Amino acid sequence: MVTVQKLINEEGLRVDGRRLDELRPIRMEVGLLANADGSAYIEHGKNKIIVAVYGPKEAQPKHVSLHDRAVVRCRYHMAPFSTDERKSPAPSRREIEISKVVREALEPVIFTEYFPRSMIDIFIEVLQSDGGSRCAAITASSLALADAGIPLRDLVVGCAVGKVEGKLVLDPSDIEDKLGEADMPIAFIPVLGKISLLQMDGMFTEEEFIKALNMAKEACMKIYALQKQTLKEKYLQVEKEVRESLTLKE
Amino acid sequence: MRMFERRQLVTPGELLAEGDYIAGENTYKEDNKIYSQKLGLVDFDDKKVFVVPLRGKYIPKVGDVVIGQISDVSLNGWSVDINSPYKAILSVSDVTGKAFSPKLDSLTKILGIGEIVIGKITAFDRSRDPTLTIKGSGLGRVSDGLIVNLTPTKVPRLIGRKGSMINILKRETGCEIVVGQNGRILILGKNPKKVELAVKAIKMIEEQAHISGLTDRIKSFLRAGRGE
Repeated sequence: MVTVQKLINEEGLRVDGRRLDELRPIRMEVGLLANADGSAYIEHGKNKIIVAVYGPKEAQPKHVSLHDRAVVRCRYHMAPFSTDERKSPAPSRREIEISKVVREALEPVIFTEYFPRSMIDIFIEVLQSDGGSRCAAITASSLALADAGIPLRDLVVGCAVGKVEGKLVLDPSDIEDKLGEADMPIAFIPVLGKISLLQMDGMFTEEEFIKALNMAKEACMKIYALQKQTLKEKYLQVEKEVRESLTLKE
Repeated sequence: MRMFERRQLVTPGELLAEGDYIAGENTYKEDNKIYSQKLGLVDFDDKKVFVVPLRGKYIPKVGDVVIGQISDVSLNGWSVDINSPYKAILSVSDVTGKAFSPKLDSLTKILGIGEIVIGKITAFDRSRDPTLTIKGSGLGRVSDGLIVNLTPTKVPRLIGRKGSMINILKRETGCEIVVGQNGRILILGKNPKKVELAVKAIKMIEEQAHISGLTDRIKSFLRAGRGE
């Protein structure tokens, strides 16, 4: 039996109680994997994603290396237990596509020309999936790259805007993505003012598209502030502890 | 116009200064604005803006002393892992000092896979792998000691201004310490307790490199450790 679910109620709130222009709760962490050169973890709504960055390192296999810059490789992978129904661990068509678009979203900010003939590997593992996992993956990957000490022009932020029951909604969740009319994920580079990922499922009118783009950019700036805070937090924490132990001694 | 005080924490893409400034290490300039490339501490030297990074890989530089591990033996030399994106080449003529005859000599008898060497980078131009020499004072094969890893970007902090930090470490622990610019540190000491103390101090430097007053803290830490 099919139940018709209203995605936006009379008060203008969505199924998870958010307003139309409200982000889901986001939590980020960096440097949690000891064996990776850089790592990050993000919880964006129900998304739980862990990212590991290795490199720059010697290109392996040798023939993929480029003489003037580093090769960036990216693997987006969903754990078999990350979805409602068990997902085959083999890379699906969708995962291969996301691996490519995430790589292309991140490459413009990396100074790859500093490390000719080398390679940078990005491994994205989705532990639990929700709507907008590619955006969360981009947000976390740029944190992991920064944590690895790879020179970057800026951090990249991902965010999506969807259309549900004729209204634009920011950061659609899984159900809004599946039942809604449109979904547009973007990746934004704040300093350069550039968009490095722009995809769309469904239909927007021209006005809706412009409005959606501005909504997404605005939300990206909010996530960007969180990203910067996350990167600094670990070091500020150590500083606080040291200062405290010093005052205790005195 | 400066956006930050000296030695403040900055993230990639953060605006550091605007106007008549020179972009130094780990920064880049765009439209007369200087941005950071890395997570690190911003610093100013007159008109130059630079960032001291907190993490990063070692990039070889000619003249650097590095500690490497033999990873492969080829026909006329060795490949040495120097904890960098590029492996170093150590040629056989550099080690033996005479012509090498494959009939009489065996490369693996001189240096086998897994052995540790202290070497100096003699050439590196990014289009070719760096070359290494182990001829010179303080260089050569390592047969004894303990190797500790440190983030390569924190090696200057471990050495300190004009070697102030490393001299304290050597004096207070009584160990011989060789610092490779690639973040590998060799500790030689007769007393295992003192070696352990040196290792702990190095880990402390790694953790607290970004907080001022480190030299004094290390000094009191070592003195307290010796008293035990």
